[in-house]
Formats: sequence, C-alpha cells, structure tokens
Amino acid sequence: MRVEGKGLIDRSQRLSFQFDGNTYRGFGGDTLASALLANDVRHVARSFKYHRARGILTAGSEEPNALVTVGRGPDTDPNVRATVQEIYDGLEARPQNAWPSLGFDLLSVNDLAAPFLGAGFYYKTFMWPRAFWERLYEPFIRRAAGLGALGAEADGDHYEKAYAFCDLLVVGAGPAGLMAALTAARAGARVILADEDFVMGGRLNAETLEIGGAPGHAWAAEAVAELAAMDTVRLMTRTTVTGAYDGGTFGALERVAHHRTRPEGGVKETFWRIVARRSVLAAGALERHIAFRNNDRPGVMMAGAVRAYLNRWGVAPGKAITVFANNDDAHRTARDMVEAGVHVAAVVDSRADAVAQGDYRVIAGSQVTGAEGRRGLEAISVDGPAGSEKIATDCLAVSGGWNPTVHVTCHMNGRPTWSDDIASFVPTPGAIPGMIAAGACNGAFSTAACLAAGASAARESLEALGLRAEDSIVPTAEDAPYAIAPLWAVPGKGRAWLDFQNDVTVKDVKQAAAENYASVEHMKRYTTQGMATDQGKNSNVAALAVLADATGRGIPETGTTTFRPPFGPVALAALGAGAQGTGFAPERKTTSHAASMDMKAPMIAAGLWYRPSYFPRDGETSWRQSCDREVGYVREAVGVCDVSTLGKIDIQGPDAGKLLDFVYTNMFSTLKEGRVRYGLMLREDGFVMDDGTTARLGPAHFVMTTTTAAAGQVMRHLEFVSQALHPEWDVRIMSVTEQWAQFAVAGPQARALLNGMLDQPIDNESWPFMACGAISIGGVTGRLFRISFSGEHAYEVAVPARFGASLFAALVEAADTMGGGAYGMEALNVLRIEKGFITHSEIDGRVTAADIGMARMLSAKKDFIGKTMAARPGLVEQGRAQLVGLKPVGPVRQLTGGAKIYTDGEEPVRAHDQGYVTSVGFSPSFGHFLGLGFVRDGQARHGEVLQMVDHLRDIRTRVEICDPVFLDPEGGRARG
Amino acid sequence: MRIPCPICGARDRREFYYQGAAVALARPAPDAGEAAWDDYLHLRENSAGDLDELWSHDAGCGAWLRVTRNVSSHEVKAAVLARDAS
Repeated sequence: MRVEGKGLIDRSQRLSFQFDGNTYRGFGGDTLASALLANDVRHVARSFKYHRARGILTAGSEEPNALVTVGRGPDTDPNVRATVQEIYDGLEARPQNAWPSLGFDLLSVNDLAAPFLGAGFYYKTFMWPRAFWERLYEPFIRRAAGLGALGAEADGDHYEKAYAFCDLLVVGAGPAGLMAALTAARAGARVILADEDFVMGGRLNAETLEIGGAPGHAWAAEAVAELAAMDTVRLMTRTTVTGAYDGGTFGALERVAHHRTRPEGGVKETFWRIVARRSVLAAGALERHIAFRNNDRPGVMMAGAVRAYLNRWGVAPGKAITVFANNDDAHRTARDMVEAGVHVAAVVDSRADAVAQGDYRVIAGSQVTGAEGRRGLEAISVDGPAGSEKIATDCLAVSGGWNPTVHVTCHMNGRPTWSDDIASFVPTPGAIPGMIAAGACNGAFSTAACLAAGASAARESLEALGLRAEDSIVPTAEDAPYAIAPLWAVPGKGRAWLDFQNDVTVKDVKQAAAENYASVEHMKRYTTQGMATDQGKNSNVAALAVLADATGRGIPETGTTTFRPPFGPVALAALGAGAQGTGFAPERKTTSHAASMDMKAPMIAAGLWYRPSYFPRDGETSWRQSCDREVGYVREAVGVCDVSTLGKIDIQGPDAGKLLDFVYTNMFSTLKEGRVRYGLMLREDGFVMDDGTTARLGPAHFVMTTTTAAAGQVMRHLEFVSQALHPEWDVRIMSVTEQWAQFAVAGPQARALLNGMLDQPIDNESWPFMACGAISIGGVTGRLFRISFSGEHAYEVAVPARFGASLFAALVEAADTMGGGAYGMEALNVLRIEKGFITHSEIDGRVTAADIGMARMLSAKKDFIGKTMAARPGLVEQGRAQLVGLKPVGPVRQLTGGAKIYTDGEEPVRAHDQGYVTSVGFSPSFGHFLGLGFVRDGQARHGEVLQMVDHLRDIRTRVEICDPVFLDPEGGRARG
Repeated sequence: MRIPCPICGARDRREFYYQGAAVALARPAPDAGEAAWDDYLHLRENSAGDLDELWSHDAGCGAWLRVTRNVSSHEVKAAVLARDAS
C-alpha cells in the first residue's frame, strides 16, 4: 500500500509490469519488491526444500526469499532478487520453485513430511539398497532440487569485461563511502566509487535522518553531484564489488541493462577488474533475523527493510505493523511508521528496560514466540512478564541487530574479529592490504560515526598515496548509541528458521552439533546453512550463535566459515565475457588466409594460427584425393605453401654466434655468410626442445626459424639465455614472425618458377643447397633460402608481410601453369614423413638427440644448453625408444597415429610393449601408408616385423621397422 | 596479483610467464658434477614465505625478472631485471 507524501520515487513516471501472470503498476524508482508490496502482494516465492510460502524479507541484495525468474527463452534470468530488480515498462517476472502454481504447490507436501527431512536426511536415508542411488534416488532428488531454471537455449545476451584503475576504490556509497570519496576526490585522488544500488546514498535513502540540517538523502544527492562533476571520479552504480584479490585488484559486476528493455546487441552485464592503489570498504551492515516459530511467514520482514520501503519507496508493507527487536535501532521503524500515519500495533522488545521513542505501545522484556498465517502473516504470539497475548498484525518488522558486511575483508584468508559491543563480527585491520573498513561495515552504526570514519579512512589512504587531504569539514549528524542485548533464537516448540534460502532451522543446527558436526565448517555442510545463492548473509551469525550455544562454546571460539568471492552471484557469462566461440583465443592469420579461403581450403588450427589443410578441386570427394594430388605437385612439378607461421627470430650483434653456439647443440659461429644450417636445441635437462634452420645474413646477423608450435617458447628461452645467463654478450634478439611472409616453393620446377619471377635469375652455382641471401622479386627486396622440408629441390622466399598476399597469388598462378599449385598441411605432412623429417609429434619433450638419430649433432667442442644432462645415465643407455620408419607388411594396410607397437604374435599388453606411432600418412609416392614412431632400440632393428595395435579403433597391422627416411636417402633431389 | 616490471611499471600477472625459483640464474659449470646439476634442475625449497622467482614479461617488454614474492600471501616485495640480478 502506498503512503502519500512519502518516498523518493518518481510518481510522474507510471510503469506497468507483470508478475505471475498479473499486470501491476509501479513508479519510476521502484524495485520489483517495492512495487509488489505497494500492490499488497506478499506471497512471492516458495522455499527451496519445503516449498513453504515466502515473502519479501529485505530491501537489498542479501534477499534470500524473493527470487524470481525474469524474461523468457534465451533471455531467461533465474534467481533474480526482487529487491534488486528495478521495474520497467514490460518487465515480466515469474515465481519459481513452485508447481503447478505459487498458490498451490504440490511439493509443499515436503513441509508436512518435515519431521523426516531434517539435516542429514539424505545421508541417512538413501544408503540402501545400494543400486537404487544411481537409478532412483539421485534422478529424483536432482529433479526436486535446484533453484530456478535456465532457458534451454544458448544465452544470446552480450556481456563485456572492462578494466579500470584508480588511486582509491570506495566500495559502497552510504554516508561513510560518500564522505571517503568526497575527501579523497577533493584532494585530487583518482577515485572510483562503486555501489550495488541504482541510487547512491545507502541507508540515507532509507532513513529519515538528517545531515547538516538537511534530509540525509538530499545530502547524499548533493555529494554525488559534486563527485560527478569531477573528471577524476568514476561513479559506478548497479555495481557489486564481488571480490578482493592480490595486489589491489578487485572484481566487480556491473548490471548494465537489467533495469530496462535491452536494445538488440546491447550489453547486459560488465565484469570489471579494478586495480586500486588503496581502498576503503564502506559496505554497510546487514540486519539479522531472530529465530522463532514460523518466523518465515510472508509479512515477517527485517525492521530496516520495512522502514526503507516506507521512506524510500512510499510503501507501507502492512496495515497493522508490529516490531520485534532486541535493540534501539528497530524503534526507528515504529517511529517512522507512526509519523507517516501507519498503525503500529506493538513493539515487542526483548530488553526489560526498553522504552517507547514515540507514540506506540512497547511490550518490554518480551518475545515473539510464533507467527500465524500460512500464506501471509495474520497474528503473532507474544510471551513476557505480563503474560501471553496474541496480536493481530500483517507485517512484523524484526531486528536482531546488525551484522557488518565484512565479507570482502575475508577474501584473502582474513578472519573477522568478534566484537561484544555490537554482538557481531568486525573486519580485522590489515586483512586486505591497503584496505580500510569504515562506517557500519566496521561496526560504527551512527550517521555521525560513519561520516567521521569515511573522512578518516580517506585521509589515511591519501597519506599513503602521498596526497594531502584538505581540512575536510564533516557535517553534523545523528550520533545515537547502538544499544543491543543479543537474542538469537526464541525457545519453544516448532520450527524456527535461520537460513531461509536453504530452509535450515534452529533444530537442524542443534542436530548437527548433537551428531558431532560441531565445527562450524562441518555444521555448514551438514545442514547446508549458508550454502545457497545468498551465502547465508541473513543467517550466518545467528547460526553460529546457535551452534556455539549447542556446543557450549563462545561465538568467537566457534569462529566463522570462510567468506570467499564472489560477494554476490556472478553469471559465468559475465566472467567469461568475450570468450565464447572464437573469442576464446586470439586468431592468427597468414597473409595468404583470404586466398586460401577463396580456394575453399578447410582451415586447421596450429596453436593460434590457422593454416589450410588442403585445397579441394572440383570433382574431388575426399581430402585424401586433394592431399595426394598436392603431394604430386611437389614430387613431380612445383608446389607452393605458406610457411609464415614458423617462428622467425632476428638475432644481431657481435656475440650473435656465441648465443647460437650456446643454444644449439651444433656450431653456428662457423657458419658462412649466405648459408643456412639445420640446428637442434635441447632443454637444460637434456631433452630436445626444438629444431629448425638458422641463416647467416651478415657477419653479425642471423635469422633463426623455429617450429610453429615452439616459437614462443624458443623466443623466451633465447631471452633468458641472453638476459639472465649471459648478459655480458652483445646481442639483440627480436621476433619477426609477423613481419615476414614466407612461402615454400618446392619441386623439380621450383627454380624455373622462381626464375620467372625474380628480378635476377638464380642457378645452382649462385644458390646451392642451403644457400641464402637477399633477392629482388617484382621490385620488392626479399630473402631467399634454399632449404627443403619435402626432400625436393626447394626454396623458401620471404617478403615483408605487406607483400605476402600478392606474392602468394603470383606464386600459385605461376605454379598452376607448370602443372603444380598450392599445397596444404596434409600434403606437407605426407611429404615430410616420406623424408623422415621430424615435427613436435616426434620431439614431444621426452626424446633425446640420440633417440631421433642425431647424437652426432651434439658438439664435443663447446658447452651448450642441455649438454651436461644429455650425458646422464638414463638418457644414453640402451633400451630407449628410438625413431624408426614403419611400413605395413600384412593384409591390413592402415597405420594410425598414437597406436602402440608390440612384439609380433604376442598379446598386445604392457609386457610386450615395444613402442608407439607418432606420425602417419598415406604416401602416394609409395602407394601405401608410412609411419614414424619410436621403438625400443629401433635403430638396430631395421627389417624386423612387429605389430601395431590401435586399441581405440581396433586396428592391428603388421609393420616392418625401417629407416625413417623412406624417400631419396642420399638427398640427391634436394641438391639437384 | 601485480608485478612491478622495472621497465613497464606495475602490471597484471597475466602479462607474465612464470618460470619457477630463481635458482635457474646460477647455472653450474659443465663439470660441476652430478649433485650440482641435480640441484640446479630438480631440487627446490618448498617453504612458505619469501621466494625469489623468475617471471618473464611475455606480453610486455620481454624482460626476465627476478621477483621476490611471499608465496603464502602473494605479496610481491621486489622485482629486478634478471640481467642485473645474476
């Protein structure tokens, strides 16, 4: 029911929304909760376990009851807190966890069976028969469990991530936060002020308190306006700081567009990473409940929330309000209601000395022992020195005191400290480096204390930042003492609720203690208290108190459970914003990418790179046909392949040769200018790291190529050696992978093709095998390397990347006219297997130089990385698996990568293990499969027949061990 | 976590590649013997508290750093160029 003349809502903005199929009206500034209360809707949800009718309990993000589902289809948001959801025209919200309807929910039968469903019920009940668990119990429980339901379709909404940096992050924009932000911003600090709410001001908007003689909300609005006018300040509303992390890093979720109809493609939520040199936590406090029989009935609300609905939203949540409290603060609810003309039936105060602070009846020294009204509160029972009585009421405002919102201070292993003064936990100073807790979240509850604490926290932060605070004037404000006498649970029969979202009662906690789940962490898991989406914000301290009482310990000794990020629920979609689909990793594309796509080449990912698998031609029905044809180009005419993805590292300086000698196993300082050499690189532990060719372009200028896969690792390795191991060497290294487009031109016609394009033709004298140097092609200065990864007469031609696309087109066009063309990764793989060339399929980090038949490349004349450890016993002894070639010899002809090799004729079990297959390809040159693999002592076993077994695909092929170089072992083709 | 790169300033740890203990800076001589090489490659203190570590500013300037970090609290206490540390 609205109260005329009250509230900060915009009554000129009339909005229409739907809940549970009914259309309601509200105003600008309403939340779904305030608008439903204004429409006298009290029963809004069913509880998780017992499906009890529940209403709105709070007015903030801690709400455990009023969870609704907003939207439909892919736009479905379950578990939206009605207290956070702003209304807008067309908002459609539905109750959840109720079937067939909110009013008549079949699973509310659970509530009748409650005596059997207490804590530990699952663990004790579903033990037998054993086989029933998987087939019957678990599916049934899973169907019944769960809170809300996602839409079945993929989330089509847009989420973003963003980064922000500041000198001071202020979390929370109540009196303490606003004062801290003002103080810091006025001193010139870069300030970010973040608040969960859509209006800043915190409790100032919910109370009738004054600051400096003006209404609190007006002071807040003025402060916000002053901050908004400064370009060093960022104000972030609807933004929850969800976690504190190392080094002043904070996570924050901004709800960008939950409060309006989203435009197509608009952003829904943004996940922020905020880096702050200092921070002030001004997160306020959360009011706690008192447990008594049926204290969960719709209409039982927190006292602070009840007056928030009145003062901020102009709503009286009932016609006959009662209050149940153990502290002075809750009397404000009665006072504000009376002043607004709402009937207050009684204030039940557990303290014997409680007195009225206004024109209402106080029942001192008494307790509410029960609530009546199944779908909405009708009456309460009161018991006290004056006897028992029943009071008719439709809204009971409860306050068991306030718990500082300490959560974020515990995110880095900190534990809060118990304070007897406020009967709750306060942050432990220093728990988050650089963070100061100020105001209510630090146990300072009066407005004046909050303002002073905010200013003081800012001044302390400014000092640490090296900034000077102006002499700030803290305005005058209410400074009432916080008088409280702890009361956690009212004794008596019947179920008294602690955790509303997970349906945990006082009895459940006592039962946990009785069954020796006496540690707070055990109690939590046994009863599920604090494990729902609200993480027990309303119930943790009370549950602790009940546990402490049941176990005969004090609350500080009982301790708290661990508060971990996030402070509030965060959608995975927001955390993973931008990482769906191809956003998961950057895409690196070569300069020939567009041309390859035009030729309809399927792409294969090689690390972050995309490379063409093969280039299909009309009439070809399988990739094998394309691959065989492309292999034929290279073996018989000329093929062109983009090899730009290989790592290219430019190495310059007088000591470049020294560096290369140290990182390669073989010598490079002796390499002549204009020549290329194959090199092998080990890790320091003696295993092969990478291989590739390095060209000497000048006296102090080399260009190294790495494999595509290891380019980053090798670059980092060279940096480590040159920076950390030999900083005295005068050498500079630079990755130039992306600066050069490089193409292999391979086949008997390779030179003829190039000579049709080079500005100066070449011959075998000027460019013998393993020669390199500068060339000019179409007027562009490039580089030519006579190297071969196919065993054919071949070159790699490199031009600055901006000429890559046109050079690729020209090379392919020329190759076409000579009976050749472009070839892709499949053909490249077959070509290199035919020649026994290795890739990272072979050098997988577990093989030595000797294993791949390159022991001779370990120079005896110098030290190099990995040399010492390559000589250790385990790496040089007999019995290691060695690189071999494999060819089929039996009726089954297929070889498969990853298959195992066993002794021929024996069972394929570990006792007969002989090795494994690393690479296979169908060789059109030989007309059958070829394979590379590792076989124990394989170099000495050429000619022996073993069996290849692919257990996964159930393939058994007899294979002959042979030299890994199948084609042209003398190498005449590459030199010709 | 933030690491103060001496060249680039404080940066998010995701810009860095982690290599492990800074033991790797003290490479033994080839003839230092099995024990020295075993130590260098394989044996690491695993104590709570401060540890000298190697981080490479991969997504930044490419510098290798020796970072002193409390492995319990993640407090980064110092970062110097590996070039100057060895």
